[in-house]
Amino acid sequence: MEKRISSPMTEKQARSLRSGDSVLISGTIYTARDAAHKRLCALLAEGKDLPFDVEGSIIYFVGPTPAKPGQALGSAGPTTSYRMDPYSPALIKAGLKGMIGKGKRDSNVIAAMKENGAVYFGAIGGAGALLSKCIKKSELIAYEDLGSEAIRKLEVEDFPAFVIIDSQGNNLYETGRQEYLDATKEK
Amino acid sequence: MREIRCEDITKTVRDLCIKANSFLPQDVRSRICQACETESWPLANSILRTIRENFEIAEHDEVPICQDTGAACVFVTMGQDVYADGSIAAAIDEGVRQGYAGGYLRKSIVSDPLDGRVNTGDNTPAMIYWDVVPGDAFRITVAPKGFGSENMSRIKMLRPADGVEGVKEFVVKTVEEAGPNPCPPIIVGVGIGGTFDKAALLAKKALMRSTDVRNPKKYYADLEKELLDRINDLGIGPQGIGGRTTCLAVNIEEMPTHIAGLPVAVNINCHVTRHITEEL
Repeated sequence: MEKRISSPMTEKQARSLRSGDSVLISGTIYTARDAAHKRLCALLAEGKDLPFDVEGSIIYFVGPTPAKPGQALGSAGPTTSYRMDPYSPALIKAGLKGMIGKGKRDSNVIAAMKENGAVYFGAIGGAGALLSKCIKKSELIAYEDLGSEAIRKLEVEDFPAFVIIDSQGNNLYETGRQEYLDATKEK
Repeated sequence: MREIRCEDITKTVRDLCIKANSFLPQDVRSRICQACETESWPLANSILRTIRENFEIAEHDEVPICQDTGAACVFVTMGQDVYADGSIAAAIDEGVRQGYAGGYLRKSIVSDPLDGRVNTGDNTPAMIYWDVVPGDAFRITVAPKGFGSENMSRIKMLRPADGVEGVKEFVVKTVEEAGPNPCPPIIVGVGIGGTFDKAALLAKKALMRSTDVRNPKKYYADLEKELLDRINDLGIGPQGIGGRTTCLAVNIEEMPTHIAGLPVAVNINCHVTRHITEEL
């Protein structure tokens, strides 16, 4: 059974989510990949404002294809998250409560998530055509020069994801695989 | 001599870029559909069904299956008796430029790997691989290659003494370390032999082969099967959250090598393994 969550979210809401939960995300989320993260962290280091309110926000690691006529945004599945590992802790400390991507995260990111109450969601990698249908609106808000890597404000409806790593550090990549292996061994 | 017109090359590459990104090859589709029937772990099964639904939507709506519409890898097989009326490489780049603009595909190439990393804006240059063969054939394969899986690829110069066990260990370890990152279920291309660079090229070429076709040599066909089983025993599963279906196929290509060496390259591709070929 899926949990419905809305974005932005509070620390309490983020802390209530558990690794393995299936969720449907609705509300406002922001896109950012490597190049945009680098700029966001440079702003934080200089004590400047970010181009969006980071408090309670969710960032989606995605570089979409251009919208075809009639689409809010083109295909938009998650990119591999570890490339954002050098940047995520600073954003989490600044108030980021959720990240949507795919693949592993490093120990610094997980430590920041535990300390500040943030969650790492996994969306299905390679399902860009399907996930695009959950994106109802898209507005470019910063770094237009980055093209597909610009920051976009998205309105999403029932965007499907799993909680991969929760705010206690439980990790579905480890437990999910182990559960499957244990179940196969018993047979 | 047979003359090939550059404008025909451009048009072909343009069309292939667009088509490859919306239509998954039949063999890959069949393997995903088959896995939907055989995967017994419930969560893994539901992910496979979502992956199937995704490529069906992409085909129906004619939109990219995945937002990473790739580096445009273009394989040219050119007969020695073929003459082109201009630069073939320039004609291919023009095809990529038109295809990625007209097809609403993502432009993912930066002009320099370190200095500035500025997007070229049109997904050029294409990554072109040339094969010159006898005769007057002219064949183009376009294979958009996503980098989530490319980044998980590895190469190792094994010792001859490491033998086939060393090869197996390296391939399985590469997949295990990649875990959820390359968007499993994956297709694994393995290149064995040659030189450092030839092994990598063989691994990429292995990914161009249909997953329905095994290596013609029984020794390697058996190795492909054994590696597929060992990888699927890892329990990584679709998207890395547990299950049987980690890998859809292992394709191996091999060639002669030096007495002192045993190069092995592992090129990983995701479940959106795209390639399409046309003869001109």
